[in-house]
Amino acid sequence: MIQDIITIIHDYWLLLLIGQYPNGPLGGLANTIILSLLAILLAFPVSILLALARLSKWRALRWPVTGLVYVTRGVPLLMLILWCYFLVPLWTGADVPSFLIMLVTLVVYEGAFLSEVVRAGIVSLGQGQMDAARALGHSHLSAMRFVILPQALYNMIPSMISTFVSTIKDTTLGYVINVPDLTFAASQVNNQLFTQPFQVFIILAAVYYVLCWSLTYVANSLERRIARRRAGPRRNARLATEAVPLKTLVEQP
Amino acid sequence: MTGFDLSAILTNSDYRAMLLHGIETTFAIYVGSWLLAMTLAILLLAFRMSPVRIGEPIVKAYISYHRNVPTLVQLMLWYFGIFTLLPQGLANWLTDHNAEAIFAIIGLGLCQAAYFSEDLRSGLRSVSPGQMEAAKALGHGYISALRFVVMPQGVRNALPPLINHSVSLFKNSSLAIVVGASELTHAVKEIENLSFRTFEIYLVGTVLYLFFSLIIMGAGAYLSMRADPARRARA
Repeated sequence: MIQDIITIIHDYWLLLLIGQYPNGPLGGLANTIILSLLAILLAFPVSILLALARLSKWRALRWPVTGLVYVTRGVPLLMLILWCYFLVPLWTGADVPSFLIMLVTLVVYEGAFLSEVVRAGIVSLGQGQMDAARALGHSHLSAMRFVILPQALYNMIPSMISTFVSTIKDTTLGYVINVPDLTFAASQVNNQLFTQPFQVFIILAAVYYVLCWSLTYVANSLERRIARRRAGPRRNARLATEAVPLKTLVEQP
Repeated sequence: MTGFDLSAILTNSDYRAMLLHGIETTFAIYVGSWLLAMTLAILLLAFRMSPVRIGEPIVKAYISYHRNVPTLVQLMLWYFGIFTLLPQGLANWLTDHNAEAIFAIIGLGLCQAAYFSEDLRSGLRSVSPGQMEAAKALGHGYISALRFVVMPQGVRNALPPLINHSVSLFKNSSLAIVVGASELTHAVKEIENLSFRTFEIYLVGTVLYLFFSLIIMGAGAYLSMRADPARRARA
């Protein structure tokens, strides 16, 4: 069993790492990481806009966005992928690569989830920050830009990393529309070997485990550091525990 | 292809039967894996809090594995991997009894147990130790203090994340399509292939998922409201 696993890694490590890159599209682990990085980077500004719209005082802005966030949260990611797979080529009228379709889906999906994180971050700062900024002569937008968002986003860094981890896990669903990522590469290996599915998929699980575990570890240590910083240098321990509860729920894929 | 026509899907009895069968399988997978997950979560929690030293690291490893490996990969490992390692007799029996749905239930249930167990644990931890001491001072035994004092508060605190994760379990049941279980998403794709009315059938599928998710969320909100002592005292 162990021998088989070592042989598979030895024979196929390049395919699992970059897919068929020089001779075909980039794939494998590299593509998984690029896809999830791009998705989170593009979803981030989207989520801030969505969060500001949900906190806006205009109903015309607040209600449609609230509806959008609820729909995105109530529908399985798989269904969204199927929608994008159908709609994106229809709108653009071109043959869109599955990588781009997956990217669009992830930006919408993670954007909606991240917007809840951003909103929680802004709300948890309290009204006082906004009132003080307005009293000092900031307009609503400039208070957001210079006072509220810098604090809220800093406090959100751990939640952001956990969203990144769930994005990595969500990219596996690209398998359904043949996005050439790590899962796709592993199933290619499985199709070539045919007799050792358990060994192939245990390798796949192990790679994802190492990737996500290390990111979660970073998120947790950052979270402790930020909680300490929010509590301030010379406060007592009771305040430190009060500062912690910005633990926003992040959906698992 | 002609214009938008929802009735072409909804009045066709074949498609209706396929959708109904899909909903049935989705709910079988959802209820089965929810029950498996909750039972396992409670067992894991009990094992973790028991005086057995080995319990803590084992449960930690279990939870860490199931939270850091994508659910889809776990399902694939179960269906494509572990299925082939089973003895022939058992494998044949499973094939005769809808192996796809059974492995979907096992895979999703084991994965979700990790999340449920963490939710319950953080709920219980938020009950201050003074509650247990006070209950004991009033003459409760350990079990009875747990049952009447600590558990009701702990489960109440754990309700919001438990509801969230119950909804995401429902959405994750759509992953069973990858191992070939004939659930709702599978039915939607099948009808799309037969009717070519992609937009209409996707709309039906999306509305169905949204409807059931909102029902689960609503039931959860009702439960939380019922559990809230302040509201109960007023009523």
